[in-house]
Amino acid sequence: MNGAPSLHLWLIPLLPFAGFLLNGLLGRRLPNQIVSLIALLSTGASFVLVLNIAAHFSSLSLPYTESVGTWIQAGTFRADFAYSLDQLTLIMLLIVTGVGFLIHIYSVGYMAHEEGFWRFFAYLNLFMFFMLTLVLAENFLLVFVGWEGVGLASYLLIGFYFTKNSAANAGKKAFVVNRIGDFGFLVAMFLVIAHFGTLSFHEVFAQIAQHPELHGGFLTAIALCLVLGATGKSAQIPLYVWLPDAMEGPTPVSALIHAATMVTAGIYMTVRCHAIFDRSPLALSVVAIIGAATAFFAATVGILQTDIKRVLAYSTISQLGYMFMACGVAAYSAGIFHLLTHAFFKALLFLAAGSVIHALNGEQDMREMGGLRTKIPITFWTMTAGVVAIAGIPPFAGFVSKDEILYRTFISPGIGPVLWFVGLFTALLTSFYMFRLYFLTFFGERRGTDHEEHGHGSHGVHESPGIMLFPLAILAVLSVIGGWVGWPEALGGGDWFGHFLDPVISASHLSFEQMSVATSTFGTAATNVPLSEGSHTVELILALVSTLVALLGAFTAYLFYVRKPELPGKLAKQFSGIYGVVFNKYWVDEVYGAMIVRPINFFARVVLWWTVDRVLVDGAGIGAAAGATGLGGIVRRLQSGNIRSYAGWLAVGAAALLLLIYFGYHPFTQVAQIQIVRPK
Amino acid sequence: MAVPIAYYLVLSAILFSIGVGAFLIKRNIITVFMSIELMLNAVNLTFVAFAHQWHQVGGQIFVFFVMVVAAAEAAVGLAIIIAVFRTRNTLNVDAVDLLKL
Repeated sequence: MNGAPSLHLWLIPLLPFAGFLLNGLLGRRLPNQIVSLIALLSTGASFVLVLNIAAHFSSLSLPYTESVGTWIQAGTFRADFAYSLDQLTLIMLLIVTGVGFLIHIYSVGYMAHEEGFWRFFAYLNLFMFFMLTLVLAENFLLVFVGWEGVGLASYLLIGFYFTKNSAANAGKKAFVVNRIGDFGFLVAMFLVIAHFGTLSFHEVFAQIAQHPELHGGFLTAIALCLVLGATGKSAQIPLYVWLPDAMEGPTPVSALIHAATMVTAGIYMTVRCHAIFDRSPLALSVVAIIGAATAFFAATVGILQTDIKRVLAYSTISQLGYMFMACGVAAYSAGIFHLLTHAFFKALLFLAAGSVIHALNGEQDMREMGGLRTKIPITFWTMTAGVVAIAGIPPFAGFVSKDEILYRTFISPGIGPVLWFVGLFTALLTSFYMFRLYFLTFFGERRGTDHEEHGHGSHGVHESPGIMLFPLAILAVLSVIGGWVGWPEALGGGDWFGHFLDPVISASHLSFEQMSVATSTFGTAATNVPLSEGSHTVELILALVSTLVALLGAFTAYLFYVRKPELPGKLAKQFSGIYGVVFNKYWVDEVYGAMIVRPINFFARVVLWWTVDRVLVDGAGIGAAAGATGLGGIVRRLQSGNIRSYAGWLAVGAAALLLLIYFGYHPFTQVAQIQIVRPK
Repeated sequence: MAVPIAYYLVLSAILFSIGVGAFLIKRNIITVFMSIELMLNAVNLTFVAFAHQWHQVGGQIFVFFVMVVAAAEAAVGLAIIIAVFRTRNTLNVDAVDLLKL
């Protein structure tokens, strides 16, 4: 574009796809080393390409668009295989390829003894292909391809142990729930076509920018449909139910797909389409409320889970809720920033949890763990980095991004302070349940016994191999320093991250900034300085408060699970009612089952299967066949082959004709009217 | 005064009806065949009668055609009958209902 050298963006998704094809088609016959080499090379090459782009990033004219070919051309409507690159895309690319590559490395060690090694890496590469397509796509349609594709890959990987019934069911559940969200996305696309006549991002956003009078109305409808899509993919209320069950998949999958990358697709899409959301305060409020509610709700559930991976799953839902909340108060850069840091520390937590599970030969129940601090020290130290980061203790990554979200929520007009309080309380819960996991796993005495179930063939608690510890170490370092790129100005930083994203975010981003600025009575030119000074004080106080809250959560967990381990049991008895509700995850699955799944099943069975399928469809087929048989049975008698019966029918027919004509019926009236002229 | 045409027509109708009746009733293929000849000749009789009545020779010529066709038919038909008898040892038309030998 504009004479600039082509970046060959299409290569980035296509390399993992090549890896998928190679491993998927030939992997069964290849030794594990070759399979892992193919998978690592294809992902690593993508990562190198992205790094190369990042290195030249400042010299590019953005947004950079690259069209590989025309896909659909119908009348004035047109959709291309087009990729685009801007600051947001670059960050997502770095997360997806970087974290993806690390998790690929980890998987080589983790999956070493599993059946279907090649299948796992083929699916993993397929996922990378679709995720990169989603991130790079320049129009809604191509995003949708990636959107559906990652859902497919997620389904395949959740159900990786397909002989296990619960895994197969979890895969189906994830797929079906995601379909509901996809429906919303689809409707949003139809609405976009109907109102803008194009699906290209820059054309749609340019049209919105040209028409400042567009506000609410159909933009709200589009935004709400997109929100439905995002709640499905990013596991928000009401469609979050699939994510906890998705933990049936192998742990690296949980780390890559269900923590670091795929579940952030909804956030990414919301930020990408922020021009639409900015014009619809209603949709933004919906996003903010959904986010805050999910963050709080999932955090409460996370407190009482006993499966180490499920705690992390609910934690993921809760953190995604934070990102949603950030989007809802139009603090998009804060949302993406949290997405970035979350990708680091949640991938780390999942991989460390995987390492713990690996060490214990498949044990996932935290009640059976304990005292692992000295047995698996490297896992312990990396896990410490992750836990401290997510808990929001400075200066670790989670603190910076979470604090940014809380601050931006607090200063947003309307229900901002309420949302901030919910967020703060969630931060307390987050810190509590993460330290609960931490103390239950690594401190105290070992409660369970070793058992051989996972088939690793090794005995006792053992530290994971180096190939698994290397990604853990990298991610641990990133969890510590990853937040520094966005260190807030209030604490003496430059908020480089926020400014980096400015070109993407600020294009049509007016209403909320202006509203918050409008509280000042100073002239516009002089406003910025005193206001930002004031904000800095507020931000400092808020940071202090959230740090204290995080420490309080950690201390409570320490009290409950190290100092007085009998205390949680007592409290559970004392508040048995609410304990039961939370322990059973508010019976959401059961309520959904009774209110949605059961009626739909009933409808499907009675109306669709019995009535429509059996009676109408089958009935029509059977009826037609029976009718033809019956008619044939009658007509068959005429075709007896008996010559005299033919002759009989012939005679009867001739006689009937004669009689008819004799009694005045003239079928060929003109012929009958010919007068026979007697010659003279 | 010659014989009125109605007499010829009535005779022809009687012959034709006998032919039809025989065709339907009789089981022996030879007899069935003969009844066909009877019907053809009943028709020939009407042709000749009308030709005489209207003084047009076309009817008489047509009779020759019918006779030629009947002769050819007799040749083919008898050959078929012989073939059927050789394979089935019967001339009963009711036993020959498979539309093949």
